[in-house]
Amino acid sequence: MWQLTKIELFKIFKKPRTYIAFAAIAAIIFLVQLAFYLDGEKYMGFVMASVESSFTLEGNMMNGYFIFFVILQTLLVHVPLLISLVAGDMVAGEANMGTLRLLASQPVSRSSIILSKFWATCIYVLLLLSFMAMLGLFGSMMIFGTSDLMVFKSDKLLLINRADVLWRYAAAYGFAVLSMITVAALAFLFSVFAENSIGPIIAAVSVIIVCTILTTMDIPFFNAMKPWLFTNHMLNWKGFFERPVDKPEVLKSALFLMGHIAFFVSLSVYIFRKKDILS
Amino acid sequence: MKAFFCFCFSVLVMPNLLFAQDETELVKKVKAKLDKVNDYTAQGIMRIDVSFIDAPESKVTVYYRKPDQFKVKKNGGISILPKGGISINLGTLLSNGNYDIIPGKDTKINGVDTKTVKLLPQNEKSDVVLAILYIEEKNLVVKKAAVTTKENGTYEIDLSYSKYIDWGLPDKVIFSFNTKNYKIPKGLTFEYEKGDRKKADTLKNKKGKVEITYSTYTINKGIDDKIFQ
Repeated sequence: MWQLTKIELFKIFKKPRTYIAFAAIAAIIFLVQLAFYLDGEKYMGFVMASVESSFTLEGNMMNGYFIFFVILQTLLVHVPLLISLVAGDMVAGEANMGTLRLLASQPVSRSSIILSKFWATCIYVLLLLSFMAMLGLFGSMMIFGTSDLMVFKSDKLLLINRADVLWRYAAAYGFAVLSMITVAALAFLFSVFAENSIGPIIAAVSVIIVCTILTTMDIPFFNAMKPWLFTNHMLNWKGFFERPVDKPEVLKSALFLMGHIAFFVSLSVYIFRKKDILS
Repeated sequence: MKAFFCFCFSVLVMPNLLFAQDETELVKKVKAKLDKVNDYTAQGIMRIDVSFIDAPESKVTVYYRKPDQFKVKKNGGISILPKGGISINLGTLLSNGNYDIIPGKDTKINGVDTKTVKLLPQNEKSDVVLAILYIEEKNLVVKKAAVTTKENGTYEIDLSYSKYIDWGLPDKVIFSFNTKNYKIPKGLTFEYEKGDRKKADTLKNKKGKVEITYSTYTINKGIDDKIFQ
């Protein structure tokens, strides 16, 4: 299985589109860091106006931990779109190129083929998020230094001691991996159905956009749906930046996402095994 | 008639003047005690109790230099302090001596008899409008102060003394103050609605508290100018 996964990884990293996500993430992170470096005080002024009317704050507020938190909030909503680019191409791309039939004719079970493709997608997701963490967290720490993390909520200001921050980021990273693998599994499932990679990519992106809009809109009719939307649970990485961490809520979301992954992947394997490969 | 006015003056006005003189002396003695401290560096633990701020208790270093330089720093971290109020320490309040003193009723603070003294700054530009001090006559220390300012509302400062009472320095200070509304647009915080709205009115105009418990003071050893920059 590992041999097959390595071959799939080789194929992924041979395609130029794979690097689009890395380039986009690097560009966003660099731009956010540059913006904060040049004009961050103004943003901090806006955010802290409400606090500074009553309080004086001393210390390095615009530190690396804070910058990475801003980056995460901005990026984690959009990274699914980048992941769909690769995950949606995994099977459909081969079908499009006419190599899928050749692949299926090899003395390897179809389940092994499809699972190795999924593992390769998971490794790609891991690498992408690790790249984001390296550049966003450690890069920001180098540029802006470290201090306590201020988490601004619309109705609360949370101050987290700097010694208490890194494990939260590690846990949030783990949760983000789970969220992004859910997205990858969805795009992967669509990919099994299609003969062309554009279809599954657009279908996955559309589902994510629709679900994200339903998640973000504060309309009572949609509120009833929210507990059943995986995009709603994907936001619960922020649960690690609460005090105390809302463990039941985070765990519930993690299980919900794992359930989705298991369902999407099982369905992909089932459909691929039954699929009449004509391309 | 002249005798009647003399009588009225002696009965109604003189006692107040005499009392005021007593209180002036008392404030002078307290000030003299505080004047022994030119500067100090103190280690302490700060707790913040404000409805919309969730901050852990933290170790802080407090710096003071005569007459009115005051700084609270959290080593390598971020400190949140009520505006204005925290810098109104007793040394600062009594530093210039330009105030009128009005005696008040004797009061018990935490079971201790105190003299109430009201200070009215003579300088019209002073941010402090009125300061009420509750002074323990026996130890010449201020047990409580209520300070009304132009810019930052009214603060109450409760002080407890122990090891450093001879210097007039407290072991524990509790600042109580009114907080203003807190609200940040969701666009700035990148928050997404998850259908768990909280009642916004619970965050409006509540009392806040900042408590500093001092463990050690280093007194009159000098402080680097950089600290106050």
